[in-house]
Amino acid sequence: MLYREAGQFKSSYETDSQIFPIRQDRIGIALLVVIAFVGVPLFASPYFFSAILIPFLIFSLAALGLNILTGYAGQLSLGSAAFMAVGAFGAYNFMLRIPGIPLIAAFILGGLCAAAVGLLFGLPSLRVRGFYLAASTLATQFFVVWALTKVRWFTNYSSSGVITAQKMQILGFDFDTPVAKYLLVLVIVSTLGLLAKNMVRSNVGRCWMAVRDMDVAAEVIGIPLMKTKLLAFAVSSFYCGVAGALYAYAYLGTVEPEAYSLDLSFRILFMVIIGGLGSVMGSFLGAAFIVLLPVILNTLAHTTNISTAVASNLELMVFGALIIFFLIVEPHGLARLWQIAKEKLRLWPFPH
Amino acid sequence: MNLNFFFEVLIGGLLSGVMYALVALGFVLIYKASGVFNFAQGAMVFFAALTCVSLTEFGWPLWVAIAATIVIMSLLGLAVERIVLRPLVNQPEISLFMATIGLSFFIEGMAQLMWGSDVKRLDLGIEDVPMESLMQSLNIIVSKFDVIAAGICALLVTGLALFFSRTKVGRALRAVADDHQAALAVGIPLQQIWGIVWSVAGFVALVAGLLWGSRNGVQFALTFVALKALPVLILGGFTSVPGAIIGGLIIGTSEKLAEVYVGPFVGGGIEGWFPYVLALLFLLVRPEGLFGEKIIRRI
Repeated sequence: MLYREAGQFKSSYETDSQIFPIRQDRIGIALLVVIAFVGVPLFASPYFFSAILIPFLIFSLAALGLNILTGYAGQLSLGSAAFMAVGAFGAYNFMLRIPGIPLIAAFILGGLCAAAVGLLFGLPSLRVRGFYLAASTLATQFFVVWALTKVRWFTNYSSSGVITAQKMQILGFDFDTPVAKYLLVLVIVSTLGLLAKNMVRSNVGRCWMAVRDMDVAAEVIGIPLMKTKLLAFAVSSFYCGVAGALYAYAYLGTVEPEAYSLDLSFRILFMVIIGGLGSVMGSFLGAAFIVLLPVILNTLAHTTNISTAVASNLELMVFGALIIFFLIVEPHGLARLWQIAKEKLRLWPFPH
Repeated sequence: MNLNFFFEVLIGGLLSGVMYALVALGFVLIYKASGVFNFAQGAMVFFAALTCVSLTEFGWPLWVAIAATIVIMSLLGLAVERIVLRPLVNQPEISLFMATIGLSFFIEGMAQLMWGSDVKRLDLGIEDVPMESLMQSLNIIVSKFDVIAAGICALLVTGLALFFSRTKVGRALRAVADDHQAALAVGIPLQQIWGIVWSVAGFVALVAGLLWGSRNGVQFALTFVALKALPVLILGGFTSVPGAIIGGLIIGTSEKLAEVYVGPFVGGGIEGWFPYVLALLFLLVRPEGLFGEKIIRRI
């Protein structure tokens, strides 16, 4: 009964086209923002920050990037970890080679590097589609990780290939405690999230969706295919790049090519699928699910007291089974479940 | 440039290409019949080889172990069809693809849970020694093992090609591949066909797993064989059995030649991505691969 939009009239274009047209949604989001920015930093423990919240936010950003490409523009990609790696190494090199560069500028430049690489590897999408494209995005994955390992300039000729990330500092303030890191990541992720939400409901996003639904038809009605597809690749890679930089700086504390393996690419793809293709919110839900699942399974394994080898194999099996289960039960992901819940809530307590 | 050495690399590449083709074949079979891009093929290769080796370790003779593994792989195929694919009929291809990724995690976990995660040695009774006749007459070193493996692959491929084109089941398979609904309408039992395809793919996985496993030991790295087969698929086309073979040969040779002649200039280790880039460049010219069905798009 609380969630009802009756009586909320739209009398101008501005009110009609706002992000959250329903008042209850606006209140909910405002509450969420207050909790995220004020409530959580006051009450959460350092472990909670560094093991759950920070990776959750970073993966949400990466999943959002992939969702733009796969969910909105319909181009299946298995190389998101490669773009993350480019972003991380880009940010590292900018900070190393331009002394005194602002942190945020380095992250943005790292993201732009990833976008450039994304444009390059997005070129085949103009000719190939479907699984052919998916398999060819694997080329990105293998090539980028190989190049970052072999070309020593990227790692600043470090002997092990593992570099400690520079300190994160903005205007003399060190972001070295979990809370500070969390807030920094939160600000970046929510800004980019807002941007993405607006992008997908504007002209750009509609072009992407038209291309996703049928690219030939989209071309016929006058959408420039090349521009749209390449833009999707660039924007998606930018998001992944920034996420990769955050992953290295705020989560791992090191910059290394091995962190950005094919495995990570798959995990991000899982987040997008489980969360829901073509939904900004789904990216966040999917990331939460994939970050929390191993934690929960681990805790369960500890309480039941089985050996680590068995536990890790069981974890693999449960992980695989859950993915299949989710695909069978709700192919449109957690975002769709949320939507169904909302529909029900609108009518509650009446059945129709 | 030493010509003998060149031929050695070339032949080595061709023979390893046959091995790639063998893995790619498993993908093609399933993709042709059910439109599923089965990412779990690598995990199936691993599972089949590990099961077979572990059975021989119980003291079973090799051929009994192989027969038992064939049965197990068929059961696995039927179970996959029943539990994973049937509820997902009519879902978009990407959902099916994701399901097979989940499946590959599941099979990997299950294989190691059942048989342990140690590297196991597998001896098929074929020696990995240079062929003497070739060595004496042409002074080229070619491994006997590779030649026999290539022979087995050739047999398997011919057998499968005949199975597809001559038998009733094969024709039904092709009908299903063309159009699920039309096939159902003329009374072809879809579920049964899928069960057969997955069993055959399991059998191909077993052969690939045994050959690869006796080469490098049966270990987790076998699952990465699937990644080797992907460029082969792109090059040859997802739907073509001959494409898988020829793609495998092209990838095998070019990869070895590139590693030997280009690798040293860029720091080596290019085997991992070179096939992909090659396949990618090829796709720019022919988007459906060498022998893939021409993609016609209408509005």
